[in-house]
Amino acid sequence: MIRSAWLKNFRGMRPSDLIFRAVTLLMVFVVIAIVVGVAWILVVDSMPTIRQAGFSFLTRQDFDPVHDIYGVLPAIYGTLVTSAFALIFGIPIGVGTAIFLVEYCPRPLRIPLAFFADLLAAIPSVVFGLWGFLILARWLQPTGQPWLQLHLGFLPFFKGPPLGVGILAAGMVLTIMILPLIVAVSREVMLTVPRSQREALQALGATRWEVVRYAVLPLSRVGIFGGIILALGRALGETMAVTMVIGNQATKPSLSLFDTGYTLSSVIANQFGEATPGLFLSALVEAGLLVFLITMITNIIARVLISRLGRRYVPGGKV
Amino acid sequence: MSTVSQVSQSHPFYPPRSVLTVRRRISNMLAIVLTTISLLFTVSILLYLISYVLVQGLHFINLNFFTQVPTANGEPGGGMGQSVQGTLILVGLASLIGVPLGLFTGVYLSEFGRGRFAASIRFLVDVLTGIPTIIFGLFAWGLIVVPNHSFSGFAGGVALGIIIIPIVARTSEDVLRLVPRETREASLALGATESHTILRVVIPSALNGIITGIILAMARVAGETAPLIMTAFGTTYWNADITQPTDALPLGIYNFSHSPYHEQVNQAYAGAFILIMLIFLTSFAVRWVTKGFQQINR
Amino acid sequence: MEQEQKVAVHVEHLNAWYRKTQALYDINLTIAPLSVTALIGPSGCGKSTILRCLNRMHEEVPGASAAGLVQIEGVNIYARSIKPMYVRLHIGMVFQQPNPLPTRSIWENVAIGAQINGLAKGKALHERVEHSLRQAALWDEVKDRLHSSATTLSGGQQQRLCIARALAIEPKILLMDEPASALDPESTFKIEELIQELKKQYTVVIVTHNMQQAARIGDITAFFLKGYVIEVGETQQLFTRPQQQETEYYVTGRFS
Repeated sequence: MIRSAWLKNFRGMRPSDLIFRAVTLLMVFVVIAIVVGVAWILVVDSMPTIRQAGFSFLTRQDFDPVHDIYGVLPAIYGTLVTSAFALIFGIPIGVGTAIFLVEYCPRPLRIPLAFFADLLAAIPSVVFGLWGFLILARWLQPTGQPWLQLHLGFLPFFKGPPLGVGILAAGMVLTIMILPLIVAVSREVMLTVPRSQREALQALGATRWEVVRYAVLPLSRVGIFGGIILALGRALGETMAVTMVIGNQATKPSLSLFDTGYTLSSVIANQFGEATPGLFLSALVEAGLLVFLITMITNIIARVLISRLGRRYVPGGKV
Repeated sequence: MSTVSQVSQSHPFYPPRSVLTVRRRISNMLAIVLTTISLLFTVSILLYLISYVLVQGLHFINLNFFTQVPTANGEPGGGMGQSVQGTLILVGLASLIGVPLGLFTGVYLSEFGRGRFAASIRFLVDVLTGIPTIIFGLFAWGLIVVPNHSFSGFAGGVALGIIIIPIVARTSEDVLRLVPRETREASLALGATESHTILRVVIPSALNGIITGIILAMARVAGETAPLIMTAFGTTYWNADITQPTDALPLGIYNFSHSPYHEQVNQAYAGAFILIMLIFLTSFAVRWVTKGFQQINR
Repeated sequence: MEQEQKVAVHVEHLNAWYRKTQALYDINLTIAPLSVTALIGPSGCGKSTILRCLNRMHEEVPGASAAGLVQIEGVNIYARSIKPMYVRLHIGMVFQQPNPLPTRSIWENVAIGAQINGLAKGKALHERVEHSLRQAALWDEVKDRLHSSATTLSGGQQQRLCIARALAIEPKILLMDEPASALDPESTFKIEELIQELKKQYTVVIVTHNMQQAARIGDITAFFLKGYVIEVGETQQLFTRPQQQETEYYVTGRFS
């Protein structure tokens, strides 16, 4: 039934059906209106800053409410660096964990571990932020960061005073947060590889790892990559956990992970309480617009990739 | 036929002595070792994180937590009563807004929607799922807070409600689709109207799954912080008026986490304990009800 | 020792289980070299199970196990000191559904067994690939597109590709689990022809649910029922003058 056929049935329908369909359609339109409305509000309310700053919004480094100059380059940098950190560590650990769960895990442990992994994907980010701020950062400052500086201090990543909070802490928390997602998607994708593929390799005298490498992974590649993009989207948009551990102060640009900084979402969360109407607020809204666009794009890419396997998967939390 | 009980080393069924054999064995071992380490790392970090928070939080849960509001200036005592109250109110409000919208959308997608329009609706719903929730906060802020010049629980409820929509829509659609076509046809063949069929026959058969989806959505928004920062804003007083700033558990945790007063930090742990428990209980209950403990066997 | 050369595979007191369910009961069987032995029987009789026991693939199914004696070239492949991996290297297997690796080309599919096991490299490897494809009667059809994906082949061609893949590791024994049942009649015919050629060089054991196929291509036929081997004998004899009641019922179509 296409929509025009829908309407054609108009006259033949009983009133209750008519009302029901009308109500349903109304609800659907409200949802559409909401999606459109979100984009609309974001654009409209960031107009003042867009008009004033234009592209320099993205390239300027100072976020200066006093002088009404707004640039989110450090925020973009912070977003990208923390997400990259999370992916760099999260992908090998997450995919490795998934491979273990699918190939090597003893049977009785499989279900509890899978349940555990799903559970973790549902833990609210404020809990991760709490742990990160009160425990991780407090460990990094006296212990973790000095150790890194001692052994790897020649690298530009580990210079500067250890503050506990900062990009390193945010990256670490973000890694932990995206792990369950990567594990869950990779695992699901690998489980769909048909047994016949594994058997083909086994019958040729392959080792267990060779079966994984030549039969399972090639078929899982696309789906796992989709899962990675999903995780990236989650990392890019993550607000609370990052806000609580990143220090929320810009420093001179450097490569050091020990620096504090901020991300696009953390700047919104942090500054909203203090924002005055006008350019300040619209700058924050524009930051939100950026987040909206970035995450929409990554999600669409992820979806396209995963749907190539003929499955529907849910980003942002498994239901 | 004689049975050969001893096998000579040079027999073909023994691995050839070569570099390749060694390399294969090493890479096989390496794979096991590395993946096991990955798993151990993942499990132990997350286990440690969760249990630390739980243990700390359990320590500080008491009646005061629920019955009192924060004290001023770090005076001893107090609790997060208003946060709990606020969460209950906000989740309730969000459900009121989000569940019908989500459910009807799910019904539409499952029962009526065909063709490109339905496909784009489904796409929009999926897009909604991927948007960071702080954006919905900004939306509700611009739509409600700004014109009214006041933070309000209502704005918070709207923001949270939007989060609920795609979750409920998707689970409802999935579950409704599973109802066999014959069920619908039987009802229609008996002369029932389409709306009657859907409301009284199809939805009830899928009710288990629909309620599951709703519960999971509610648990999800109970833990959301970011969208409330610029909508409900939070408060340190009892408040049941949704036109006024309202607190919520995650907001309270966020605010107390960097409080200079030890007691409030402890209360933040207690709040986190409650949130985690909420997630545990709902996940467990949902799985138990839908018997989702079975795994795909390969 | 002379006796060992007259026998390719010798099975004695083989039992197999899927978790707690027993699938094979005390199987005793002898497979003659350079011949086609057909395993027939109704579904669930264990013929596929015994086939998979011959290259120790059976135990790859979760919870499955097997115990007994399976002697190939005088060595019990179920001996404790022997790893299944190195048994399979010497035995080729073709499955019911063709299962080429979809992400790899035709050439790569055939070569992979030899590559993993280091059996040949470079020019020798290429010769091996060509030889196997010729033996599988596929070379002429694919020689111009060796590097296109294996999925561009038809079902019958894919199955012959899988046969070539199995042959490329130069197995002593070729196991085939209903290789033609998923194919159209023309491909089936081609494969049956192929098997008649292959038996000059390899010992073939084939499971089939198609009695006529067994009668056509089998030299020896073994009839299985409910996990027991009921009768083994020269094919013509088994079909025309079966010695067991159950065999007669089966070959006359009383049950399938």
